[in-house]
Amino acid sequence: MSLLIPIILIPLLAAMSIGAGLPAKTVGRGAALLNLALLALAFFNKANLAHSIAILDSPSISFAVGADGLSLALAALTCVVTLAAVWQITNPQPIFTIATLLISGGALGAFLCTDLFFIYAFHELALIPTLIMIAVHGNGDASRRRSIAWKITVYLGVGSLILLAGLAALVLNLSPSTGLTFDLAALMAAAKAAPLAAPTQALIFFTLLVGFGTLVSLFPFHSWAAPAYAAAPTPIAMMHAGVLKKFGLYGLIKIALPLLPLGAQADWVQQALLWMIVGNIIIIGLVTIHQDRLDTMLGNSSVMHMGYLFLAIAAGNHVALTGAVVLMIAHGLSIALSFAICGKMRNQLGTLEFAKLGGLAENAPFLAVMFGFATFASIGLPGLANFAGEVLIFLGSFNTGIRDGLKPIHWVTIAGLWGVVMSAVYMLRAYRSLFFGKATQGHFMSDPSSDQRLPLLLLVIALVVIGCCPSLITDLIPNLSK
Amino acid sequence: MMSSFAIEIGLAVAGVLLLAIDAFTVHLNRRLVPWLAIGASIMTLVLLLTSAGGPPPWAESFYTNDGLAQFYKVLSVVATLVVLVMSLESDAVLTYYSTSEGSKARIGEFYALPLIICAGMMWMASARDLIAVFVPLELVTITFYVLVAFTRRSAMSLEAGVKYLILGALSTGILVYGMAWLYGATGTLTFEGLSKAVANPEVSRTALLFGAALVLAGLGFKVGAAPFHFWIPDVYQGAPTPVTGFLSVASKAAGFVVLTRVIESFTATGSVIGVAVQSALLASAVLTILLGSLPAIFQTSLKRLMAYSSISHAGFLLLALACAGSPRFGLSSSGLVAFYLATYLPMTMLGFLVICLLRSQGVGDELKDLTGLAKRQPGMAFALTVALASMAGLPLTAGFMGKMLVFMAAVDAGHYTALALAVVGAAAGFYYYFRPILAVYSYAETEGEKLTWTPLAKVTTILLIAGIVVLGVYPKALTKVLTASKAVAVAK
Repeated sequence: MSLLIPIILIPLLAAMSIGAGLPAKTVGRGAALLNLALLALAFFNKANLAHSIAILDSPSISFAVGADGLSLALAALTCVVTLAAVWQITNPQPIFTIATLLISGGALGAFLCTDLFFIYAFHELALIPTLIMIAVHGNGDASRRRSIAWKITVYLGVGSLILLAGLAALVLNLSPSTGLTFDLAALMAAAKAAPLAAPTQALIFFTLLVGFGTLVSLFPFHSWAAPAYAAAPTPIAMMHAGVLKKFGLYGLIKIALPLLPLGAQADWVQQALLWMIVGNIIIIGLVTIHQDRLDTMLGNSSVMHMGYLFLAIAAGNHVALTGAVVLMIAHGLSIALSFAICGKMRNQLGTLEFAKLGGLAENAPFLAVMFGFATFASIGLPGLANFAGEVLIFLGSFNTGIRDGLKPIHWVTIAGLWGVVMSAVYMLRAYRSLFFGKATQGHFMSDPSSDQRLPLLLLVIALVVIGCCPSLITDLIPNLSK
Repeated sequence: MMSSFAIEIGLAVAGVLLLAIDAFTVHLNRRLVPWLAIGASIMTLVLLLTSAGGPPPWAESFYTNDGLAQFYKVLSVVATLVVLVMSLESDAVLTYYSTSEGSKARIGEFYALPLIICAGMMWMASARDLIAVFVPLELVTITFYVLVAFTRRSAMSLEAGVKYLILGALSTGILVYGMAWLYGATGTLTFEGLSKAVANPEVSRTALLFGAALVLAGLGFKVGAAPFHFWIPDVYQGAPTPVTGFLSVASKAAGFVVLTRVIESFTATGSVIGVAVQSALLASAVLTILLGSLPAIFQTSLKRLMAYSSISHAGFLLLALACAGSPRFGLSSSGLVAFYLATYLPMTMLGFLVICLLRSQGVGDELKDLTGLAKRQPGMAFALTVALASMAGLPLTAGFMGKMLVFMAAVDAGHYTALALAVVGAAAGFYYYFRPILAVYSYAETEGEKLTWTPLAKVTTILLIAGIVVLGVYPKALTKVLTASKAVAVAK
C-alpha cells in the first residue's frame, strides 16, 4: 500500500465526515496537518510510492499512484496551501471547509496519479464546489457573482471536455494494437518506440494546449479567471489560484511535452503559443495596471504571471521547465498569501478600492509586512521563490539557439521582461496606496489574532526558504528536456 | 435448477395473486401487499442470480437465456425493486390522488402491476423472434397505460395517460405493420432467420428497408428516440413519479434489449440494408442527444428536466448501438449499451427517488422549490447532487464512465461528426444538471422546516449512491460479468 493513497483520500474522507456532522474546524485542520506530515514521510520514502489497482481491463484503466519529483513538489504545494487555506477559515459554516478539502483532494489526486483517466477525473472534483461556493457564498452582488460562477463553470467544463478529447486522441493513437490503455508509462514507452507523425502530434498538442490552457487562463481563454478569483470566498480563491491552476501546466509538462515532442515544436503551434503569451503578459499586464480594486488586480496579476510559465513551455528546454516548476510553486504560495490577506481586508474593511483606503500599516503592521512579502515575491525580488523561477525561465527561453540570431521566442522573452516592470508598477502602487500615506476616514483595519497569523507566516516562510535554497525544488526535478 | 422461464411465469402469477389479495381480503391484509411485492421481487432476484437455467426444449425456438437476456433480467428486477420502494415512500400522495375524498381505500394494485410489467420485460429480454417480442411488449405497455393514469384525480396524470395510450397504440401499430412487411419479404420472424435473409440477394431490398424502417420507428417510440421522442416530457411529468422512474429506466432498457437484437440481425454480415440502418441509427442518435439536451436548458421543473435528460441518454445509447466494437475496444456495441444502461439505472432512480421523497413531504419539483434543500435535509441534497453530477457525466461517477466509453467507441468507429455534436450535448449538460444542484445549496428566503426520511428510503439511497460510485471508479465489477457471458462478449 502506497502512502500516496491515504494522502489523496484523507481530504475527501475528512470532507465527507464534516458533511456528516463532525466539527469542521478540528477535522479540517487535523486532516490538513496529517496530510502535510504524510507527504513529508513520502519524501523520505520515494522508493515505495507506486501502487496500481486495475479498474477496467479493456480499455485498460487503473487507479495507479506514483510520484516523481515534479508530482511531489506540486503535492507539497497543495498540502501547504490547503493547510493555510483551511486554517484561515473563520466562517462557521462547514461548507467552506468541505469545499476547500474537496478541491485539495482533487488536486492531490490529479498530481499523484499516473493514469490519464484519474489525472483527468480528480481535477473535475473541484467543479461543483467552485460553482456553489462562488454563486452562493461569494463576494459582491448576488446576481453578478452568480453569472461569474456560471462563467467559470462553463469555461472549466468546456475546457476539460476539449482536454478529454485531446487525452482520448492520445490514448487512441498511441495505444498498442493489443488494446487501449490509459497508463502514462505505457503510452510514454509507445511514444518513444513509435512516435506519431509530426502533423498529428501538432494537432493533438494544440488540442491539449487549448484544453489545459483554458484551465490555466491562457490568453484568450482567460476571461473567467480574474472575476472568479475576486468573487470567490477566500479559501476557494487560494486553492484555485494557488493550486488548481497549476494542474494545466503540470499536464502540459508531464503529459503533452514528453508524449508529443514534435507537436510542441511545430511552427504553427509555436507561433500561436507565442502570440498567446504576448497576450498573457503584455495585454493582461496593462489590464492589471488599470484595476482599481485589490481583488480584481490580484486576479489579473495571477493570469498575467501564467504567461511566464507558458514561455517555459514554448522554450521546452530543461532550464526553462525547471524554472517553470519553481515558479509554479512560488506563484502558488505568493498568490495564496495575497488572497489570504485580501480576504482579511475585505472582511474588516468592507471595500477593497484603492481610492477609498490608505495608511493601513499604522494599525496593522503585521499585515503590512506580510503583504510586503507577497508584493516583493510577486515582483520577483531575489531572496523570494519567484525570483529563482523567473530567472531560470528567462535564461532557458533565451538559450534556444540565440547564437543564430533573434528568433520570435527571443522577442517574446524580451517583451516578457517588461512584464516584470509592470508587476512592479501595479504591486508597489497597490502596496503604497493601501498601507501607506494618509489613513482614510471610516475604514479601520487591525492585525489578525495570533491564530490567524499562522497561515500567513507558513506561506511566507515557504516563500523565503525556497527563495534562499531553490535547489530544494530544482534537485527534485527529473530531466525535463526531451 | 429452475429455468428462467419458470421464474418469469412465477413472477407474473405472483402479480396476479397480489391483485386477488388486494381485491378479496380485508383492509388489514392489504397493508401487506407492498411488502409481499417487494418480497416477490427479492425472491426473483435471488432465483435469477443463483439458478437460472435454459428454457424447456419446447420453448427454445422463441426463447433464449443468453448473457444479454440474463443481464437485462437482473436489471429489470432491480429497477422494479427500486420502483416498489419509491411507491411505498409516496404511498400517501398516490392514495390521495387515486381515491375519492375521505375514502379509506388503499392502492394495493399499484404494487401488483409492476410485478407483471417486470415479468413482461424479462420475457422480452429473452425473445428470439418478433412475435416473442410483441406479446410481452403489449403486456408491458398495457400495464403501463394503467399505471401512468393511476392518480386519476390529477389532471396531469390523466393527460399523460391519454397521450401515452394514443401514442403507445400508434407505435404498436407501426411496429406490427413493419413486422408484417418483414415477414412478407423474408418469410421469417426469428432474429436468426432475419440475419440470414438480409444477406440473401433474392430478398427484395425495398421491402426489407420499408419493414426495417417501420420496426425501428415503432421501437424508437418505445425508447424515446428522436424524432419519436416528443411524447416523453408530458408523459414523464404527468405520470406518478415512481411510474416515471420505471418508464425511464426499465421500459427503456427493455426497448434497448430488443433494439440491440433487431439491429444485430439487420446489420449482420453481408446485409443489404446494413449501411442504411447504421446511418439512420447514427442520425437518430445525434438528433436525440441534441433534442434532449438543448430544450433541457430551459426547464424549470426537475421532473421535466429529468424527462429531457432521459431523452438525451437514449441518444447516447443509440450512439453506442451505432458503434460496431473493434478488437482494440473491450466491449461490443451490445455490451456497451448494457453497460450504459447499468450506469443509467442508479443515477436516474436516485433522482426520481429524491423527487418522490420530497413530494411526499409537500415539496414540489420546481427548481425554486428545491432552494435551500441542503439546510432542510443535507442527506437528500447530497443524494440529488450525486445523481445529477453522474447524469452530467462528472468523473468518478457512473455517468462519466458510460459517456467516456461511448465517446471512445465512437472515435474508434470513426463517427467524428456525431461525436462532435454529442459533445455539444454533454457540454450543455454541465449547465442544466448543475442548475438544480446550485438551487439545492442556495439560501432560501424563508427557511422551510426540516425534512425526514424513513430507514427504507435511507438504505435505498445509500445503495444507489454506492452503485453510482462503484460503477464510476471500479467498472471492472460489471464488465467482468458482461464479458464473461457470451452474447455481450468482447469483439475479439
